[in-house]
Amino acid sequence: MTDKIKFKCRNVRVQYGDLEALHGIDIDIADRGVTAFIGPSGCGKSTFLRAFNRMNETIGGAKFSGQILMDGEDIYDPSLDPVLLRARVGMVFQKPNPFPKSIYDNVAYGPRIHGLTETQAELDSLVEKSLRRAGLWEEVKDRLTEQGTDLSGGQQQRLVIARAIAISPEVILMDEPASALDPIATARLEALIEELKTRYCIIIVTHSMAQAARVSDKTAFFYEGDLIEYDDTEKIFTNPDNQRTQDYITGRTG
Amino acid sequence: MEIIQLYTLLLIGVLSIGGFAYNRNVARASVRALRQSGPAETRWHSHPNYHGYLTGWSVALVGFGLFIIFNLVFPNQVALQTVSILLGTSLAGLLVFKKIAPAFPARIYTERFIKTTLLALSGLAILTTFGIVFSLIFESLRFFADVPLFDFLTGLKWSPQTAVRSDQIGSSGAFGAVPVLLGTFIIMAIAIGVAGPVGLMIAIYLSEYASRRMRAIVKPIIEILAGIPTVVFGFFALLTVGPAIRNLTDALGIAVPTQSALSAGVVMGVMIIPLISSLSDDVINAVPRSLRDGAYALGATKSETMKQVIFPSALPGIMAAFLLAISRAIGETMIVVMAAGRAANLTGNPFESVTTVTVQIVALLTGGPEFDSTKTLAAFALGLVLFAITLILNIIALRTVRKYREVSLA
Ligand SMILES: Nc1ncnc2c1ncn2[C@@H]1O[C@H](COP(=O)(O)OP(=O)(O)OP(=O)(O)O)[C@@H](O)[C@H]1O
Ligand SMILES: [Mg+2]
Repeated sequence: MTDKIKFKCRNVRVQYGDLEALHGIDIDIADRGVTAFIGPSGCGKSTFLRAFNRMNETIGGAKFSGQILMDGEDIYDPSLDPVLLRARVGMVFQKPNPFPKSIYDNVAYGPRIHGLTETQAELDSLVEKSLRRAGLWEEVKDRLTEQGTDLSGGQQQRLVIARAIAISPEVILMDEPASALDPIATARLEALIEELKTRYCIIIVTHSMAQAARVSDKTAFFYEGDLIEYDDTEKIFTNPDNQRTQDYITGRTG
Repeated sequence: MEIIQLYTLLLIGVLSIGGFAYNRNVARASVRALRQSGPAETRWHSHPNYHGYLTGWSVALVGFGLFIIFNLVFPNQVALQTVSILLGTSLAGLLVFKKIAPAFPARIYTERFIKTTLLALSGLAILTTFGIVFSLIFESLRFFADVPLFDFLTGLKWSPQTAVRSDQIGSSGAFGAVPVLLGTFIIMAIAIGVAGPVGLMIAIYLSEYASRRMRAIVKPIIEILAGIPTVVFGFFALLTVGPAIRNLTDALGIAVPTQSALSAGVVMGVMIIPLISSLSDDVINAVPRSLRDGAYALGATKSETMKQVIFPSALPGIMAAFLLAISRAIGETMIVVMAAGRAANLTGNPFESVTTVTVQIVALLTGGPEFDSTKTLAAFALGLVLFAITLILNIIALRTVRKYREVSLA
């Protein structure tokens, strides 16, 4: 893991109408590796995650203030197009959401709208590469024209990961990606994250302490809109500084 | 019906409500009494309310039943009718009153009453529909005895006053429905040509682009359009749109009558805009948010998301909205009567005046018709054709909607 910083967040606040969901978060996210966000339900993990690709702006009434620098560049700069930002910062949602299109078209969607390939052959090989990297190629290579929505939940989740990495993002945000999956599919997903983290900056929200401990290098604990503790995962789970963190990971609050 | 019978009906209503209240209170009182003096913890099968409901239902059933029976079997025996209704309803109330006890399953009887009543009412609605359809079919068959079905569906001349072929017996006019159907089709096509794009654009704007406040203002305003009486649209077409089209085409050197398929079609299109925009807006809104999120998170723009993700998923529902709008347009009469003329021209030219199925039905049946003439029966045949077309469209629409629901739930 390098020490290079991908995101520098300063005093990040997000409001939904009158409700302030995040009360000024300061955090630095490393460029390679996995950062996990944990904390009780409603503490603002998803809200914070959506701040990294400005998806909050698609929700009516959400207001952002503060600063997030990505490689030193302010992503909330009014001159920066959120569409381009989202091409660099991919996202995987809690519930797999493949488009009601064929498996092929699902993966090809991003490359097509961003014009990433010139020829059909290039597109074909990009689709294959993405599906391989998401660990789905072997299962679907003979049925690329079938509907993406016909796959199983675990396959769908890998399909949307393939869809996200097909546009070569620098970052992948994952919001509870395993919460709809069975233990086997979860294990596959974790293995995939393990592999992807050498190439991408991955931020994952999870409710599973065990999962955070297994896949992440750094862990951030949130509580009621505040960042309580942020450190190496090892340290958080063995010897946290803060009593609240201790209580949460041992299951005394939640 | 004599005036006293109206009061009898009213009386039945009052008795049934009174019976409900009285027996419920009796049941309540005995619940209380038992709780104080009776064996510990008597459990009542049914809440006191149900003893009341059962009384009300029984009284009403007996009352209305006797009322109808007397009217059918002994008409003009008003005094006897009233007396027996009074006796019958009191008896019903008394019977339930006697039954009030912890073990009496009043709730179950009440549920049964309600179920039966609902069943009877929906049966009535279905029977009425069937009745109308059967009379349509029956009268049409009489018409087709005079004019062969084939001639009717393929004849090119619609002129209910003259004979189709000189050797034909028993018919007084030409009953070739093609010009009428063609006119219907042209007007419908123009209406959809206007309402389709406009309604769809409005739906897209409302669901994807408008702010919440804007939507709250615009949507009701558009829906007001749907509440304007069609006759108002009709004179709007006749007095404003028709002359406007004529002036415009005069300037271009084409002679167009004030009454034309175009003006009727355009105004009808305006009329069905809210139908299309409202339904399509609902359908687009029903596309799961997760699909939008998925597209936005890949860096798709709003219009890309709309065109490539939302629209395809909403398409079946949008098609259903179109089909419903079409069947509405086909059945519409007033606008066409006023704006399209009545000449049964066999033409594909939207600038000419045409006629439609509905207009011809009006023309055939108004003005003191003899109900046996072929001319009058022709109205039933046209009605049957209209019904068949809208029925098919509605079935297709409902099926696509159902399929769409399955897809969006998956
Ligand atoms: N679209 C929204 N509109 C209004 N309030 C919102 C919206 N989304 C989230 N909130 C509020 O912001 C706060 C943080 O929500 P958020 O979804 O970020 O929590 P979370 O940590 O992801 O919870 P969970 O673990 O249950 O997913 C909550 O109080 C929530 O009610
Ligand atoms: Mg969340």
